[in-house]
Amino acid sequence: MSSTTLIGQPTSRVDGAIKVTGAATYAGEFVVPGLAYGYVVNSPIAKGRITQVHSAEVLALPGVLAVFSHENRLPLPDDDNCYMDQLAPGGSPFRPLFDATIKFNMQPVALVVAETYELARYAAAVLRLDYEQEPHQTDLSKQRGAAFKAPHQANGFYDYPPSRGLPEQAWASATHRVAGDYAHPTQHHNPMETFATTVEWRGDGQLTVYDKTQGTFNSQQYICNVFNLKKENVQVHSYFVGGAFGLALRPNYQVPLAVMAALALKRSVRVTLTRQQMFSLSYRPLALQHVKLGTNPDGSLATLHHEALQATSQFEPYAETVTHWSGVLYRCDNVKLEHLLAPLDVMTPVSMRAPGPTSGLFALEVALDELAYETGLDPVELRLRSYADRNGLMDKPFSSKKLRECYQQAAARFGWAQRNPEPRSMRHGDLLVGWGMASGVWDSSQAEAGAQATLTADGKLTVVNGVNGDIGTGTATVICQIAAETLGLPLSAVTFRQGESTMPAAPVQGASWTAGSVGTAVQKVCRQLREQLLTLAQQLPDSPWRQAGPSEIEFTDGKLGLLGQPETQISFSEVLRAHRLPHLEAEVTASPDAKRQQQYSVNVHNAVFVEVQVDPVIGTVRVTRLVEGVAAGRILNPKTARNQVLGGMVWGIGAALMEETVMDHRFGRFMNHSLAEYHLPVNADIRELEVIFVEEEDDIVNPLGAKGVGEIGILGVSAAIANAVYHATGRRLRELPITRDKLL
Amino acid sequence: MHPFSYSSVNDAAAAVREQATHSHSTFIAGGTNLLDLMKENVARPAHLIGLNQLPLAFVEDTPEGGLRLGALATNANTAYHPEVEKRYPLLSQAILSGATAQLRNMATNGGNLMQRTRCYYFYDLTTPCNKREPGSGCSALGGFNRIHAILGASEQCIATHPSDMCVALTALDALVCVQGPQGERVLPFADFHRLPGSTPHQDNNLKPGELITALELPKQGFAQHYHYLKIRDRASYAFALVSIAAVLELDGDTITEARVALGGVAHKPWRERAAEELLIGQPTTEATFTKAASYLLRGARGYGHNDFKIELAKRGIVRALQQAAAEPRGPRALPWA
Ligand SMILES: Cc1cc2nc3c(=O)[nH]c(=O)nc-3n(C[C@H](O)[C@H](O)[C@H](O)COP(=O)(O)OP(=O)(O)OC[C@H]3O[C@@H](n4cnc5c(N)ncnc54)[C@H](O)[C@@H]3O)c2cc1C
Ligand code: SF4
Repeated sequence: MSSTTLIGQPTSRVDGAIKVTGAATYAGEFVVPGLAYGYVVNSPIAKGRITQVHSAEVLALPGVLAVFSHENRLPLPDDDNCYMDQLAPGGSPFRPLFDATIKFNMQPVALVVAETYELARYAAAVLRLDYEQEPHQTDLSKQRGAAFKAPHQANGFYDYPPSRGLPEQAWASATHRVAGDYAHPTQHHNPMETFATTVEWRGDGQLTVYDKTQGTFNSQQYICNVFNLKKENVQVHSYFVGGAFGLALRPNYQVPLAVMAALALKRSVRVTLTRQQMFSLSYRPLALQHVKLGTNPDGSLATLHHEALQATSQFEPYAETVTHWSGVLYRCDNVKLEHLLAPLDVMTPVSMRAPGPTSGLFALEVALDELAYETGLDPVELRLRSYADRNGLMDKPFSSKKLRECYQQAAARFGWAQRNPEPRSMRHGDLLVGWGMASGVWDSSQAEAGAQATLTADGKLTVVNGVNGDIGTGTATVICQIAAETLGLPLSAVTFRQGESTMPAAPVQGASWTAGSVGTAVQKVCRQLREQLLTLAQQLPDSPWRQAGPSEIEFTDGKLGLLGQPETQISFSEVLRAHRLPHLEAEVTASPDAKRQQQYSVNVHNAVFVEVQVDPVIGTVRVTRLVEGVAAGRILNPKTARNQVLGGMVWGIGAALMEETVMDHRFGRFMNHSLAEYHLPVNADIRELEVIFVEEEDDIVNPLGAKGVGEIGILGVSAAIANAVYHATGRRLRELPITRDKLL
Repeated sequence: MHPFSYSSVNDAAAAVREQATHSHSTFIAGGTNLLDLMKENVARPAHLIGLNQLPLAFVEDTPEGGLRLGALATNANTAYHPEVEKRYPLLSQAILSGATAQLRNMATNGGNLMQRTRCYYFYDLTTPCNKREPGSGCSALGGFNRIHAILGASEQCIATHPSDMCVALTALDALVCVQGPQGERVLPFADFHRLPGSTPHQDNNLKPGELITALELPKQGFAQHYHYLKIRDRASYAFALVSIAAVLELDGDTITEARVALGGVAHKPWRERAAEELLIGQPTTEATFTKAASYLLRGARGYGHNDFKIELAKRGIVRALQQAAAEPRGPRALPWA
């Protein structure tokens, strides 16, 4: 690369202005002619059958166009494979309106379509359905008997976590031991934008689907398979996504319902979910866990046992890496990992920001704090005594790992050395002060992606990739930085077009891999344009660059010339004009160097230090300070990267102190289904947050050296807070959230 | 949401008349509670009478030296009114601890009194609820009842009234001025809301068709020694688990007058004069406050998830009284809870 003037610079979002001014259009906002509105009716029972749908009553209302239910739905395939999207965990995916069976509470049972949204909503409210109820089971603690070993392919990628060594013997002979039961509650993603799909019926056999999705191509493929449509007849567009956090990885039920209505009515249809209906979708599943740790005489980990029981649905065995990371984060020879799933009469869970370690590392990192007290070692020192130089689970070296530096830098910044480890020893006026820390790990990968680029004679570059609209990560900005830097253009000369299924392919946007995957493709396509430009320049008469090799040429500010000889520069526009070319084009696919990558474990790490203040009388906990050190390879844009980590920290505070979806097992229904009663942090809950990036050089992960920061921010935060609460109060809480009733 | 018609009125008498001419009609002011209930199909009025044009947005002095707060004055304009801040800082503090700035800008004083419970089951049509559908049962009993009542509940309903403002108004002995088909009347604040008993569908003692026109604050504002303590699940934008409005008059360290009202614990703001009398003539010590707190909570009972609120309320009362007894404070100090 000729210079690093853009990559690595804190750059404001290229789409920031249109987002904050409302000019960005989201899936539920597209104005298309002749639009009809669908409203979903959800089941009031958790298990049973629909015995009758009294559609006639609402069809009599003027303006109501249709009521779709299992009784009159369009023909649907009977093959599970047709409903398997790219992230289906196996089993038998839920099929909206397929038959009369009720599998979970709030399951969609009908779609009412009308001329206006208000009318559809009203008709949905008065639509009567009769049910035959059957006994349901939604209580995980009562389903232990039905638990089974989580199948392979947790989160879609990971094998069942292997145990190693002789964990039972090591436990029996350990110097110090701790053991405890931990619980991480059900949580719902609750992105700000509720789910919506607008299907434009174009009348020419083509559908344009504006979808809220983390996978433009996943959505397209699902629609084609379920409705037996050809890819060329279904375009999925996703330009902006108002947060998703994993919930838009799989097509949610509003997608097939909107498509079905459009196909049946031969009309454009929009289906938007309400906030309450967002609680009928997937979620982070409840995880009940048991952790046992034992030490060697030198304080290093002799053994680590981590067992988890997680909820899933009756129809899909969704598994995430709850115990996996306990085999990665520390050096330990005797590890026992177990991951069970128990089927409940609920919707299938799905990935939610850092799916797996958010629940699992909470348990492990609290247990380690208990071990620190048991051994008398400082919590950081305890962790350093078992610092892993290799990934013990996969028995591979790390491609790079600067977790040690994260501990050091974040601890120094926080002032950890001043900590008196004695519980209840630190005070601020009448308040108890507690300091706690924890650590996290996530992995990083590159997936295949394509990119197309066009440089026009006016010196402007357009880069194209079909990745769905920015879920908040800053993708478009980072892509523009990479493109501008690679080709030697000012940032303002680059436009990134994204979010259409006709564009070059991208993987679903999850696992923090978009910047690395799409970014690498964009870098590659821009390098091709450079080569084309140089070749063209060298063909010009009297070219001073004729003999120069690529390394002797500098691309900067829309010009190329001999290194250090500005008088030899020629602008890209001049090169194109001299050849009478309106534009240059290139298209590439970038694949990971799988063979090389497979030799390594590629991971991001963090270390989190927290201060809490606790009111000992009424149990109020405030997180007054949070310092997080993150090692995630090269940081492409410190501003958007910091923003992602801050979001994770805020979410971690919420997870620690307030977030929980509560199920009433008598009804098998989540009861706090609104943002008034499902509590997330508000501004007043957030005090000082600080992010430190410890940069790593890593040429294994991808050519950009970027590992991605989407998930790592949240990890360690809830455990560090629980540990700080213990330090403040002497109360060891192993169940989240830490609400004041548990502290009184 | 069910279809409805809408009319707007310009004076109180017209509002009362409109109410009589439309069946299933309901007043709407800021709409911050009613609209939510309509969207959830909990409220299904056939006609809405818009009150926002009524000339009732005033905050004005009364001849008796008190203050009248118009029913249509917004919560924000009331809380930030200089006379309220100066003479009734407890009320400012209570209002500003509620909801969010945006909601308070829309919400009116009349609507605040009339807001309905936040019981999860009340809001969810698929579950039985005596308040929503008399005779269907109470799902909160034996269900998820973390935010429910510990005082004055019945086997028919254990819901709480969620308002902060009303807790302060109870402590301040406010009056509620109403106008109805039978003319005007005035209710002491303590008689406005009801306990659930066997008729939990009735939140208050307003008669059908009656309009709240104003709230009247008596002269005594306790601007020296007051505290509104709101204890909740996050720092802002959450309803109270328990809230305490405490005001004192002191002669040196001796209490000469006291008021304590509780929110989040019952179907109405909870206050007992006998508990306050335990404080009068006593020194401002923790022991004194604890005695009053224990007395107020003597009949409390929990229903499972909300058991902790009994102890929390006791501690909160002591804390609020301690804060009130401390040095005289400037207006509108936000509670840290
Ligand atoms: C998310 C959220 C959080 C909230 N948090 C809090 C909180 O923490 N603390 C708190 O105290 N409140 C809170 N509130 C409630 C808020 O204070 C009330 O919604 C508001 O005060 C209602 O006033 P309004 O004018 O909007 O009433 P509307 O919604 O217009 O009406 C509510 C009811 O009052 C009736 N009504 C209105 N005016 C009159 C009148 N003059 N005479 C007779 N009847 C009348 C209406 O018919 C209706 O039944 C919250 C609300 C929301 C939505
Ligand atoms: S507590 Fe009252 S409002 Fe709640 S379910 Fe029971 S009856 Fe209904």
